[in-house]
Amino acid sequence: MAPFLLVLGLFFLFLDLKHKLFFWRLYTTIRLESPMSWGAWVLMVITPLSFLWSASYLKELVPTWRWRWKFLERLEGLVIRYRTPIAWVMILYSLILGIYTGILLSAFNARPLWNTALLGPLFLVSGLSTGAATIMWMSKIHLERRLFTRIDLILIGIELFLIIHLFMGFLAGPEVQIEAASLFLNGRYALPFWGLVVVMGMVLPFFLEVLELRGKKIPAAIPAILILAGGLIFRIIMVEAGEATRYLY
Amino acid sequence: MRYAMAIDTKKCVGCSDCVIACQIENEVPVGYCRDWVTETVHGSYPMLELELRSERCNHCDNPPCVRCCPTGASHVVEGGVVLVTPNKCIGCGACIESCPYEARYSHPDGHVDKCTFCIHRIRKGLQPACVAVCPTRCMYFGDLDDPSSEVSEMLRTRKYKVLAPEAGTKPQVYYLV
Repeated sequence: MAPFLLVLGLFFLFLDLKHKLFFWRLYTTIRLESPMSWGAWVLMVITPLSFLWSASYLKELVPTWRWRWKFLERLEGLVIRYRTPIAWVMILYSLILGIYTGILLSAFNARPLWNTALLGPLFLVSGLSTGAATIMWMSKIHLERRLFTRIDLILIGIELFLIIHLFMGFLAGPEVQIEAASLFLNGRYALPFWGLVVVMGMVLPFFLEVLELRGKKIPAAIPAILILAGGLIFRIIMVEAGEATRYLY
Repeated sequence: MRYAMAIDTKKCVGCSDCVIACQIENEVPVGYCRDWVTETVHGSYPMLELELRSERCNHCDNPPCVRCCPTGASHVVEGGVVLVTPNKCIGCGACIESCPYEARYSHPDGHVDKCTFCIHRIRKGLQPACVAVCPTRCMYFGDLDDPSSEVSEMLRTRKYKVLAPEAGTKPQVYYLV
């Protein structure tokens, strides 16, 4: 599933460009200062790797599967042989990819809501939590589901800590950041943020997961969908609210 | 060499000639502008004070737009002038979001566009179009590294401010107050 979602995401990123035919310009330069340049290159590496990785499991899923060309068979053999190092590379790159969106936004110093070093870690943890929720939901192995439910509980805890810390930082910051925080504390994003993202997308699924671990029969889909929806709404709100914040002069 | 502009808010009458001159000189598409005039009112009636400002790209010394550009389309040329190369720009909009002055816009052709300090005129020894047409002569353009330039002279003798200095961008459009 991962490679296809990745490509879907890439497709949407492409749609968002306004000078689409020049997108290849991303790959004629490496700009260390620009987070988007990092993102583009990381995607360039991780997308094919993710396809190779998934394809190497195809025979386990579909035992009758045969690759049409010889070199694909050989490639598959290579991937299977080097699964551990490839896994490490992919973990590293997926961490960069996960934290990249937040760093991208935090690098825009003109948007006070985004301009905080906490945004990267927050986006990363939120992304990991939605990932854990997906495995919790899709996995057929009981042990794996339990493990990822436990992991998700920790991730939600870290996420809540980071959110509180984020607003503490804003309120102790300059005027523009206090204004940015007030959008969430008593402004128009207060209800969707605290209601949909924090309560429905974190606190409620947290309790459902605890109950599930204690043996109560709760369909795994419910907390998982809540977390996925919460993660999506979190991103939509942060992007939209961030664009509304600016320097005053 | 460090090109900069000083704009006298006491002399500006807000006629927007600078805006029209720029649109014509730079063939800015209809409905868009690279410079604009803002009005800020201080005080309460009848004790009011009006400040008029002709605003544009600040050609910052620490330009966040250049830093975040993933392709190098946004770049700095001689005198610290910040330019965009249209056929390198992918239209991602990162620079638009990174600018505290909202100086950039998405051109209908897809790339990002903004004030160039009329670098094509400067290279010919002319003044930027907005400066050249100003009927009250409230704008001064020149090299800050040259102490005898008009702009250096103004900043030496007059009180001035820049917009959002706390953003850390070191803007190079100075407003004489």
